[in-house]
Amino acid sequence: MNAPTIEYAELAPLITIFGAAVIGVLIEAFVPRQLRHPVQVGLALLALVAALVQVILLAGTDMVAAVGAVAVDGPALFLQGTILVLAIISVGLFAERRLEAGGDAFAPAASSLPGSEDERILVREQRLQTEVYPLMLFAVGGMLLFPAANDLLMLFIALEVMSLPLYLLCGMARRRRLLSQEAALKYFLLGAFSSAIFLFGMAFVYGYAGTLRFGEISEALTANIGQDGILLAGVGLMAVGLLFKVGAVPFHSWTPDVYQGAPTPVTAFMAACTKLAAFGALVRLFYVAFGGLRTDWQPMLWAVAIATMLVGAVVALTQTDIKRMLAYSSIAHAGFVLTAMVAADSTATAAILFYLATYGIATLGAFAVVTLVRDSGGEATHLAKWAGLGRRSPVLAATFALFLLAFAGIPLTSGFVGKLTVFTAAIDGGAAPLVVVGVIASAVAAFFYVRVIVLMFFSDPAPEGPTVAVPSLWTAVGITVGAAATLLLGIVPGPLLDLAQQASIFVR
Amino acid sequence: MTFPWLTTLIALPALGAVLTALVPSGRGTLAKQVATGFAVLTLIVGALISLQYLFDVDMGVEPETYEWIPELGASWALDLHGISLALVALTVLATPIVALAMWHEAEDEKRDPKAFFALLLSVEALTLTAFLSQDVLLFYVVFEAMLIPLYFMIGMYGGPQRRYAAVKFLLYNLVGGLAMLAAVIGLYVQSVEAGNPSFFLPDLVALDIDTTTQWWLFIGFMLAFAIKAPLWPFHTWLPDAAAEATPSNAAFLSGVADKVGTYGMIALVLPLFPDASREAAPVIVVLAVISIIYGALLAIGQTDMKRLIGYTSISHFGFIVLGIFALTGQSATGATFYMVNHGLSTIALFVVVGFLISRRGSRQVDDFGGVQKPAPKLAGVFLFAGLSGLALPPLSTFLSEFLVISGTFTRYRPAAIVATLGIVLSALYILWLYQRTMTGPVRPAVEGMPDLRTRELAVVAPLLALLLVVGFFPKPLTDAIDEAVEPTLVEVGVDQPEPLAPVAEHVEEGTGR
Repeated sequence: MNAPTIEYAELAPLITIFGAAVIGVLIEAFVPRQLRHPVQVGLALLALVAALVQVILLAGTDMVAAVGAVAVDGPALFLQGTILVLAIISVGLFAERRLEAGGDAFAPAASSLPGSEDERILVREQRLQTEVYPLMLFAVGGMLLFPAANDLLMLFIALEVMSLPLYLLCGMARRRRLLSQEAALKYFLLGAFSSAIFLFGMAFVYGYAGTLRFGEISEALTANIGQDGILLAGVGLMAVGLLFKVGAVPFHSWTPDVYQGAPTPVTAFMAACTKLAAFGALVRLFYVAFGGLRTDWQPMLWAVAIATMLVGAVVALTQTDIKRMLAYSSIAHAGFVLTAMVAADSTATAAILFYLATYGIATLGAFAVVTLVRDSGGEATHLAKWAGLGRRSPVLAATFALFLLAFAGIPLTSGFVGKLTVFTAAIDGGAAPLVVVGVIASAVAAFFYVRVIVLMFFSDPAPEGPTVAVPSLWTAVGITVGAAATLLLGIVPGPLLDLAQQASIFVR
Repeated sequence: MTFPWLTTLIALPALGAVLTALVPSGRGTLAKQVATGFAVLTLIVGALISLQYLFDVDMGVEPETYEWIPELGASWALDLHGISLALVALTVLATPIVALAMWHEAEDEKRDPKAFFALLLSVEALTLTAFLSQDVLLFYVVFEAMLIPLYFMIGMYGGPQRRYAAVKFLLYNLVGGLAMLAAVIGLYVQSVEAGNPSFFLPDLVALDIDTTTQWWLFIGFMLAFAIKAPLWPFHTWLPDAAAEATPSNAAFLSGVADKVGTYGMIALVLPLFPDASREAAPVIVVLAVISIIYGALLAIGQTDMKRLIGYTSISHFGFIVLGIFALTGQSATGATFYMVNHGLSTIALFVVVGFLISRRGSRQVDDFGGVQKPAPKLAGVFLFAGLSGLALPPLSTFLSEFLVISGTFTRYRPAAIVATLGIVLSALYILWLYQRTMTGPVRPAVEGMPDLRTRELAVVAPLLALLLVVGFFPKPLTDAIDEAVEPTLVEVGVDQPEPLAPVAEHVEEGTGR
């Protein structure tokens, strides 16, 4: 028996990130405490930038690596590149220290009891939690692997590698720690359930096809006739696991609680990157492995897409917390992406890639703005406190308004082009009724985006309203990049659209 | 390569908007001067361009096409034809006038006036792009994008209920816009299926779309335009917006920006969806007639002057839509001409009412009375503007109304007859408004009301002069419009009913009075 060959060059981005994550753990053990923060931030940035360069160098590759377990193709590389760019900005948000008087957004020690003497001492000593950086790198590694996984086992491993660090990160907020810990526990329990269901589905599919590779599953679909029950059960259960990760209705209930409870930089990272990775995996699994079954799964996706768009948009109307509102908005956006996915062709893939990239960057920017609006209790996330922000801090409010307009899909922002491409793919793929629902949901969604703009610009500021903190360069760069990309991709989307179109073919 | 006239025309106000926004805060007067300067520059460029179309002077104005999103087949494609010429002329004329009219309005607020002026110029740039665009995606982009500056103009400056009015305006128009988005995509997919993915209008017009699809797309486009224009029963945002916005903002909104809706009907809907337009025409005609009568009746009942003018606009928009969907050359020419005249007349009315409101601090009709004694010039100007609103010959509004009704009469006789009632009602609301505010015993609060100042005269005089001049000398404009309307109606493929008399003769007839 020959030893399998591993294509190290093609897997270099993954190896870099995982390697850096392991080194990060060693740094926690061996580097003196005062040096840990700069070293960890530097390492994370270095690793992410290096991986990004490697991904760019790999552009145009189209192959299956690691004995068929990992695909290195257009969609994978496009999503990996985007995830890395977003992760680089996220590291900046993680490293922001000016907002909390020397601390960052994380509890100094996640194990100390909230409100205890221990905690107070740690805060006074300005102790920093630096384990978040290796955890984040592990999560990024999982995210890079998730959309590239080309067999079921790898898919599951990537899912877990991505999720476990996120569960932890969610529970580490410096302020409102109980809320944060509750969010982490909820995310963990529901995530564990969905993983189990996903695994169960995998077993069914394996039982049907006798193989774990996507390509071979696809071939088995045509060969094995007459055992559809077990296959469809498998597809359905696996879909549950993945739809949970993208936050689609009816598997969305974790989203608002987790988005609200997690430290805002983690929310930003998670909202932007997890969605990209999970959609990448979902699309690859359904297009490559289950492509032959599309007439069977399309009705399911129709129903999920409709429910997701409507529930996301309508429930967002009733929210009074800005982070929860953005969470429901992210649910609605997942629905918009699903409309394109129903079409199941390369136009749809390109549209989804473009949409995810633009949505990710705008989301990151929007949450970065949320970290800056603060009062004595930390971030002022209650909507009422945002009243009159446009008078107090016009530039910040205008930037946030830009992100909201992008979410609403107003022209001259990237959100419009994204919506245009996914709806075009959907109509082209014969899903015109879905687009009609999408348009209705967009109109409903516009109402709550506009409501925030009204609040910021047309309301009088509350006398004891929050202040807008002046961020360090980290956050400022993040917000600027997000706003610039949102505007630029709205006016000249050509280059990125072109890239997405070139990257839209899955290797088989 | 020739000089890119049309792009320059759009770039000037856009540049002006940016520069105005960059003026340091606190230098309000400088910001106003910069903005007005750019508006005047745009007017000059617009005037030079129209020389070519109105008087056959060769200025070298040519259609322009540049690549924009080649991946989708969308381009920066501009062209000028008679219909767009009329509206471009209206826009470039109206903007400096409105800028001058809002000179003091913006100052009454606590807010920095520069935002108001910068937003005005950005709306001008977007509106001009909409009128010139030959690319459906480009049109859609500016159609939607202009809602945002208008929304801020209403919401940041204006009356006590301005937030409500601004949100209502935005949501109504967004809903229409989103319906149109679905239709724009649907149209694009038709071109993809035909093997030539494109948003270029002539390409899309050349498509052969089956009638059922046409109907769906027609509904999407028409919903957006009927809300924008606004047509009964999609009109309810306009009276609120007109009442709450500052008078000059309301003037720009209903005088210029809303014309994008009626422009879209005649320049996009008719050529793109000829079969559906033909089949739907009777329904739209009925809605238009309802608008005419409903708007006029409600205008009579208003006690708020700005609301009143808002309702008169609904009535007038009814005439415009009636003219477009009567599908005769005469009525369509009349409708396009009507867009210009309604713009001039509505702006004049809003602006004069704005002067009244700023003097008395109230917009209620009952708070005025006998104004003509202390302020005879103001009263005279008000009467003039009012008479243009009720389409008195020889003012230009008369001509367009006449063309619309006589054009409609050849095809939809009952509609034309009912619409004529609208003229009678318009005399009622205008003259009654004049009577209640200007004549009668002088109210104590009105005593000592100052008459028009020089700036105010400079604002109104050009409008009134134009209403008169175009009324006497409409031929260059109606000819240019006629030339553009003809191919549109050929595209729709309706048999032209034998007009009662050729258009030119009516024009002569009109001017002869």
